[in-house]
Order: sequence, then C-alpha cells, then structure tokens
Amino acid sequence: MRIRGRVWKFGDDISTDLIIPGKYKFKTIDFDELARHVMEGADPSFASKISKGDIIVAGKNFGCGSSREQAPIVIKHSGISVVVAKSFARIFYRNAFNIGLPLVESKDLPDYVNTGEVIEVALSEGKIYAKDRTFDFKPIPDFLMKILEDGGLVEHYKKRGRFVWETQ
Amino acid sequence: MGMTLAEKIISMKIGREPSPGEIVVLPIDAAMAHDGTAPLMIKSFNEMGAKNVWNKEKAIFVIDHISPSSNEGTSALHKMMREFAKNHGIKLYDVGEGICHQILPEKGYVFPGGVVVGADSHTCTHGAFAAFSTGIGSTDMAAVFASGKLWFKVPESLRINISGSFRGNVTSKDAILYAIGEIKADGATYKSVEFTGDAVKSMSMDSRMVMTNMAIEMGGKTGLIASDSRTRAFLEGRIRVPFKEIAGDKDAHYADELEIEAGTLEPMLSCPHQVDNVKAVTELEGKPVDQVFIGSCTNGRLEDLRMVAKVLKDKSVKVRTIVMPASKEVMLGALREGIIEELVRAGCAVGVPGCGPCVGGHHGVPSPGDVVISTTNRNFKGRMGCAEAEIYLASPLTAAYSALNGKFTVPEEVN
Repeated sequence: MRIRGRVWKFGDDISTDLIIPGKYKFKTIDFDELARHVMEGADPSFASKISKGDIIVAGKNFGCGSSREQAPIVIKHSGISVVVAKSFARIFYRNAFNIGLPLVESKDLPDYVNTGEVIEVALSEGKIYAKDRTFDFKPIPDFLMKILEDGGLVEHYKKRGRFVWETQ
Repeated sequence: MGMTLAEKIISMKIGREPSPGEIVVLPIDAAMAHDGTAPLMIKSFNEMGAKNVWNKEKAIFVIDHISPSSNEGTSALHKMMREFAKNHGIKLYDVGEGICHQILPEKGYVFPGGVVVGADSHTCTHGAFAAFSTGIGSTDMAAVFASGKLWFKVPESLRINISGSFRGNVTSKDAILYAIGEIKADGATYKSVEFTGDAVKSMSMDSRMVMTNMAIEMGGKTGLIASDSRTRAFLEGRIRVPFKEIAGDKDAHYADELEIEAGTLEPMLSCPHQVDNVKAVTELEGKPVDQVFIGSCTNGRLEDLRMVAKVLKDKSVKVRTIVMPASKEVMLGALREGIIEELVRAGCAVGVPGCGPCVGGHHGVPSPGDVVISTTNRNFKGRMGCAEAEIYLASPLTAAYSALNGKFTVPEEVN
C-alpha cells in the first residue's frame, strides 16, 4: 500500500479532545456532521482547508486521552489518508486500525517536513519518502495489516467470519 | 525471575508465564460501554453481522456521560442503547445510577484476577482491585460483545513505590498528580503502572481508585494495586467468585521505577492545558477562581464528599461550586451521613450522580476566561466544553478550601 499526499503538521500531545471535542460526539454518530469539526481544537479551520489524500504529521503521544473511536473516524472520514507521528497513545492506535486508518510511527520524519510538502508512505515496505530523504519505520504487525487491508475490523469479520486473533 | 502483577494476572488466564511484548488472547470477565461509546459499538456490532452477545451477565451498558440527556440527539443515542440492551437481555444502568467506573466495582463485576475492558479510557480504575483492566474503543468492544475475547500485548511494568505517610493536607490525588508530573503524559505508554509501598497499602479503596484512575494520564495501559484485606472488605458480598490475594513478586522485573517519599509531598495542581503540567498549590496561592467542580470517577466518592463536607460545614462557599456524587450508592451514603445537607447549606449545587461537567457535554460548562478548579482527571483545552476556560486539577481538599475562599488556597492540615 503506497500513499502520497500533502502534509499538515501538528505538535506533541494532540488529544482526542482536540481531534473531536466531547461536546459534539455525544449528540450524533453522523460522521458527515462530525467530520466538519475534525482537529477543531488544534486548528479551527482545518476541516475547510484539507483535501482528500492529505497526510497528518505530528509529534509524540498523538491521540492521547479518551477512548473515543470518533477521533480516528473523523480523521479518516475527512479524507486524511495516513497519520505519521513520533508516537501514538495506545487506545487510539488500536482504534485507528480497527476503523481502517493507517498509522505510522517515525521518530525523525516529523522534524524534517513542514505543512504543504508532499511525502510518500510505503506501508508494507516500511519506508517514507520525503524530499531527498528516505525514512525507515518498523513495519506494522501482520495481523493489524490484515485488518487494515480488509478495510477495518468490521469488514474483516464480515469477510472472514472470525477475528484474526481467534486462530490462536 | 518473578512476575509483575500484570504478568501474574495474565498468567492465571493463559496457564503459563507471559513475556512482555507477546500478543495474547484473553477471555473477558466484564465488558462495559457508556453513552459516549456504546452507540458506535452497537453500529459496529450490527454491521459485523453479529447475532448474540456472548454472555449476558458480563456485558454492561451505563448511561453516565450526558445523564440526564440535555438534547434530542443524545436522547436518541440513549434510546438506541436501551433498545439494544432490551433486545439482547443485557444490564443497562440508566440515568441516576452513576459513573461506570464506580458502578462496576459496587455491583460486583470487578474482582482480583479478572480481566475487565471498558469502552472508556479510565477503565484502568479497576486495577485498584487487582483486575487487569483497560480501555478500548467501540469496534474492539463490538468484537468482545460478539466473541468474549480480545487480543492484548503483554505490557512491561512501571512501578511507583510510595513509602511513609502523607501529611494531613495531602491526599492520593496529590500523589498521583506528582507522579504524572514526573513521568509525563506519555512516560507509561503501553505499560502497566503498578502502585506499591506502605503508603498505598494504608490507603482506603476510595483513595486507591484515584491512583489507578489516572494511570492513563501517563499513557498507562492499566494501573494496578495488589489485593489485600481492604480489597476483600470492599468486595465482600458484592462479587460472585472467590476472593484472591494477588501481588507482584518481589523479584519481578520492572521496566522503570519511581520512588516517592509520601511525607515530602505537598498539595498539587495540574495546570492548563496538560495533565502533566504539575505545580504545587503554593505557586498559585491567591489566584481567583470562578467555578469549582467536585466529582467524577476520580474524586466523586464518599471519602471525597466527607472530606469536602468537613471543610464546608457551617460555612459558605464564595464561588459557584458543583458537586456530583459518583454513584447512587455514594449519594445514599452521603445522604445518610448528612453530608448532602451540609453541602447544600454551604451553597453547593449538588446534582445527579454521573460524569457531570467533567467532559463538557451537557452542564456546568464554564465561560471563556473562567478559572476552574476541578477534582477530575483531564484539563485538556476544551475538555469541559469551553476552549477558552482554564482548568486546574486538584484534590477535593484543595477544591473545598479554594471554594471557601474564592481563590487558590493551600488546605489546612486536617489530621
């Protein structure tokens, strides 16, 4: 899976409250509506600026805070193709793969790129191409890749009739 | 080599010693979703084509976040939960019952050695009862409701050892805020945070739950405390399985350790807009306050309300002070002890058991520029519903004294 897109850069500790404030998520599960508020806490005009395929690049501890799955869903629903961060909070990490949003951990890339630049993420190869440099990242575990390739955990279960971890 | 408390609980489930980093599949003893996460869980469950909930006794719904509902949209989501619960024959704790993390132990769903998952990040609270307990998202929860199992990466453990005894104006909340300030918001990511030491042993269950509740604020997968006679006393008559004393081994390997001398701690605050932005109350003493909130899954228990009532008895608060007991059981206890009357007489607005203003979804929303002292667990920008408000996290004791004076106040030493 290769993803090419324009970068939107954020800092450290982007919490789920910044990604989708609690005041919206309790009222509806209509994601056309919720996606209008994507990243609103960090950049109020974000939803109106982005295009399909764009990439979020952030610092450490992206997605910290609540377990709300609405956070990765609004990011995916708004058209963002992948999030690259120095590190992710663990519940957000699981949720993102479960709903089919790829995440990539890279310690070095976030400091090298800026908003507006174009990068390419090669998910299965574990490489990111940015300007004249290539960054390696630890490949995504096999069973998470399977969930991702099926389009998330719901699609995965529909397709296979069991969960990937149930083979154990 | 011995096992950490997390490894020990997992080993009891898989019948062998696990190694950190390994992926294991664990059977689930209790699975909970609330009104912020259950609607998406239901959507995923239905879209998967799952037919039945794996175990009607172990699946629980709680309406606590926007409770009672403040608007039509939320009411529709609550209705969706009630219908699912009815159709599948699972228990739903409705408006007024209280906060999920208080209800689960009170109703006997949590026991030492159990594996608990909740579609809420503060599910780590139940580790106070030596249960392996962690927060997951809605789709993971749908998988649990369908299959009764889930995958986990066996965590490394970070040990926080607190020795000695606290000064009279220092509570377990001050200790955990201090620890988060040291470890930082991501210092325990993927790790189990194990609390040990004589200061932890001598804490009540109410105080222990404050510690484990906030393990997620350093990124922790769970917070754990060994079970002992106090755990047994709380759980007796509530749980339906035999009680076990479980502790980490003395020779277990910890990825990291933090030593805290309880006697050196002072009342602490977590300052805007990050929980790990921790300062001593003395540094902000005298700063005016606009609103005080006492409640939540962190500090809305009987011990907390008792502490607050003791400070406010026969006095009057100077700023608006909202109090929400954590559960119906807590509220009844507070009524019996005369605490509610004392709080109301002192000028507090006492509300329905539930999450209250913590998550900014329905009431108690501060206005722009407001300075709020809150006994909750998060102060992220916009958390209480207003991005221009400043939220300071504190102990119930600091909150009560500050409410009394209308400004940041270092509590007197009560004991």
